[in-house]
Amino acid sequence: MIVRSAVKRSTYVDSVTLMLVQKEVRQQPGVTEAGLVVATDANRTLLRDAGLLSPEAEAAGPDDLVISVSGTSDNVVAAALALAEQLLTQRRHPTAAGEYRPRTIAAARRMLPDATIAAISVPGRFAAAVARDVLQEGLHVFLFSDNVPLEDELALKRMAAERGRLLMGPDCGTALVGGVGLGFANKVRRGSVGIVAAAGTGLQEVSTLIHRFGGGVSQGIGTGGRDVSQAVGGMTMLQGLAALAADPETTVLVLVAKPPHPGVAARILGAAQRAGKPVVACFVGSRVASRGRVVGAGTLEDAALTAVRLAVGRTGEPPPSLALPAQEAARLAPGQRNLRGLYSGGTLCAEAQGLLRGYVGHVRSNAPLDPADATDGLAPSSGHTVLDLGGEEFTQGRLHPMIDPTLRLQRLAQEAEDPEVGVVLLDVVLGFGADRDPAQTLAPAIAQARQQALAAGRYLCVIGALCGTEEDPQEYRDQQEMLVAAGMLVESSNARAARLAGRILAGRGAKSEERASPLLEVTPQDVDLPDAAEVVRLLHAPPQVINVGLELFAESLREQRIPVVDLDWRPPAGGKKHLLELLNKLEA
Amino acid sequence: MAIDHANQEAAARILEGQPILTDVAPAADVIPGMERTLILHAGPPITWERMSGPLRGAVIGGLLYEGLARDEREAAQRAASGTVRFAPCHEHATVGPMAGITTASMPVYVVENRRFGNRAYSTLNEGYGKVLRYGAYSSDVLDRLRWINDVLGPAVGEALRLLGGIDMKSLIAQQLTMGDEGHNRNKAGSALMARMLAPALAETGLDRPNLGRVLRYFAETDLAVLNPVMAACKAILDPAHGIAGSTLVTAMARNGTDFGIRVSGLGNRWFVAPAEIPVGLFFPGFSQEDANPDIGDSTITETAGIGAFAMAAAPAIVQFVGGTPQMALEATQEMYEITVAENPAWGIPVLGFRGTPTGIDIRKVVKTGITPRVNTGIAHKQAGLGQVGAGLVRPPMACFEAALEAAAEALAS
Repeated sequence: MIVRSAVKRSTYVDSVTLMLVQKEVRQQPGVTEAGLVVATDANRTLLRDAGLLSPEAEAAGPDDLVISVSGTSDNVVAAALALAEQLLTQRRHPTAAGEYRPRTIAAARRMLPDATIAAISVPGRFAAAVARDVLQEGLHVFLFSDNVPLEDELALKRMAAERGRLLMGPDCGTALVGGVGLGFANKVRRGSVGIVAAAGTGLQEVSTLIHRFGGGVSQGIGTGGRDVSQAVGGMTMLQGLAALAADPETTVLVLVAKPPHPGVAARILGAAQRAGKPVVACFVGSRVASRGRVVGAGTLEDAALTAVRLAVGRTGEPPPSLALPAQEAARLAPGQRNLRGLYSGGTLCAEAQGLLRGYVGHVRSNAPLDPADATDGLAPSSGHTVLDLGGEEFTQGRLHPMIDPTLRLQRLAQEAEDPEVGVVLLDVVLGFGADRDPAQTLAPAIAQARQQALAAGRYLCVIGALCGTEEDPQEYRDQQEMLVAAGMLVESSNARAARLAGRILAGRGAKSEERASPLLEVTPQDVDLPDAAEVVRLLHAPPQVINVGLELFAESLREQRIPVVDLDWRPPAGGKKHLLELLNKLEA
Repeated sequence: MAIDHANQEAAARILEGQPILTDVAPAADVIPGMERTLILHAGPPITWERMSGPLRGAVIGGLLYEGLARDEREAAQRAASGTVRFAPCHEHATVGPMAGITTASMPVYVVENRRFGNRAYSTLNEGYGKVLRYGAYSSDVLDRLRWINDVLGPAVGEALRLLGGIDMKSLIAQQLTMGDEGHNRNKAGSALMARMLAPALAETGLDRPNLGRVLRYFAETDLAVLNPVMAACKAILDPAHGIAGSTLVTAMARNGTDFGIRVSGLGNRWFVAPAEIPVGLFFPGFSQEDANPDIGDSTITETAGIGAFAMAAAPAIVQFVGGTPQMALEATQEMYEITVAENPAWGIPVLGFRGTPTGIDIRKVVKTGITPRVNTGIAHKQAGLGQVGAGLVRPPMACFEAALEAAAEALAS
């Protein structure tokens, strides 16, 4: 085994780009393992564990980028290193030659004077400072970064509110602003349904289903999941609600969240009464009681259907499910009684847990609806378990499963070997930002898993929810056909997929005393809507975007023909803590 | 806040400067504190022991020229003995290219900043080949210095007096529209200077052979204007120095061993770190191996917002940095990220006459990780072998980090 490294001094490249290159290098024939990391202590440990720590990598420092490759021969390793460097150079200059990549927000603004919003996806500990700079420049913020401390979120949201600016996030995965997708978003028809979502894949699911049912979306505002916690109090959700209430193009509102803190739910539902428009509320995992102009929806699909009915008066029919639960159940071997869910979307994972509860009782998860059902996601699963593979424990030093299927493919093979597993449930999320061809890797893995089960005298039922539209870059129909051909039972919504799984297991004798969606008992609290004139102005036109962080997002904006300046962001002061403290002193 | 306010004040002073090249006079007559046994050199302070080859050579040449030593050995002994004093040009309102050696009897350009009343000085450019600034001190080098002293200096001084001076701010503005960036390329600026001086030189009453030699000097010396440009930059930067709280850089200079910067609000301290070896193109027969670490006060041009900061104006010399015209644009665009102002007097045509990036803020340098760019000539590491190439270098980040520490301390006290 040959291990060699190239060290690029004082070089910073965002982690997604590094991992995408790493993935490609790893696939080269003869390459055993590849690692592209910034040489922090933690990352050098990762390299050591992977057998990639060469003496050069050992000597590199936190400002340096290390490319390490192990392989079968000198030639293989040298070629792989060259490939990595070439891919990195290509990625560093994705634009037409000649575009200067600014390093500061001020310089970016000068290049795009009509910028309206910044998309920030830098590592969490630097995100608040960037967001502050952006708000100071008078821009709205789409804050994708996670791991932003709560006190920073509060300070930023207050600062945004004072300036009439919208701060979506932190940990905001998706938004549709003026017909343009930010982060992970699908291409959906424009229309009159406005969505405010504290749940990224919730927004993707509802918006694509609205499209499928013949409706259209005016705006999709993300808030970040923590917005509806007691501490944050739904600041952004209230602001979004007020903006859509005032937006003339929006006639129906949809609110999407995992169940908020009851006090916050009361405020949100109270504010919804003042919107002056029908509001469909979907708090995944529970059911909001309909009252006044607020209509409760038990599932994301239900929310989309209701919204389209309210907006255009009729809906396209959801296609009938072709799968026959009893027949599927009959094919399972006697011991196959358990379900495993392998989700890339957190909200979809939560929704599946809520629905499955009504068929099989308690379901374990690393992101449980009920804390009593918590389980360690990294440990082998047992019983009925539904995992959110986008959870923090899975994404340390690894790409999100919506971009990189590796982890899910490994896990799929592992679950298929468990003789007690009869049903595997998963989501396939299409759209901007996501894997360009998920079926290409997933379909053969499903076929193989099913083949293996067959060889072992079992039958494996794989159910998938395909979230996307025919207008997404991935070719929805092709994806669907490849997955169906591999033996997946493809459903057009997550609720249908989860229910199908539940019915199959019920056909195997699973029972539940639980209610699928307990009624959310809150008394709406009378709340004034905040002023949202500036936010309405933002929504009025397609955004012009300053991208800070993942180049992936700049690329998908360019694909949507949106003016974007992609900042060449690096950690301030090289990430050196002492210097940052000095700078804070001198900049206050 | 206070720092931003102080920086605005410092930047305003830089932008308001009115540098006029008024005269040529003996250093001893005009440079404050100049003495016969004082040797001014480029860069931050340095002892004889730590000087690099070209600087040592130039010191020896200076001592021979002043008659302070009879030969090389005696000069070296003197330099080491402490009977002559060394001081940075910068601490005497002076700037010198490469070694920057300036001694009492040398003629120097006088640039007066009419807005603030201060003056700055620099020697006359010696031209190419074996020259003192690269550490050469053979007899032909000294002969040339004597001709500059006896003929060129007085003639140019008289011509300047006849003209009433040359407005250097305007000259720099013009050269920036003619493909110069004012540091590595001064072809256009030198031609402009010659064009202005020529009629006046003819009126000085110089005899024909000498007039011919003086005019030929200007015809052959593409760098003739570099020294007055440097003095003009020094003259406009000095009034910006000493503003309490300001974090703007007022000088960047190298002595061939160390790179040093001075910061407006941090007194006369130099923040130094080992000078780097420039990367660039080498003349035939030379390579990176031959290069001396970075040397010279000519980084005063970058400090004032020209030189590499105005690289977008000079696409003709991008090959020095191994690049394309596009890279020239990027060089200037990058410098806007670490500066606080733009100089409306010095517009860059290709950027829509956007003003040159002006006023380097040490905070921006440390925060962005972008150190100032510098275009530079490259000296041979052995004394007297002269220029071996030209290229690009950046100051070490450590200079700016040390200055930032000091600024934080100053703020706390």
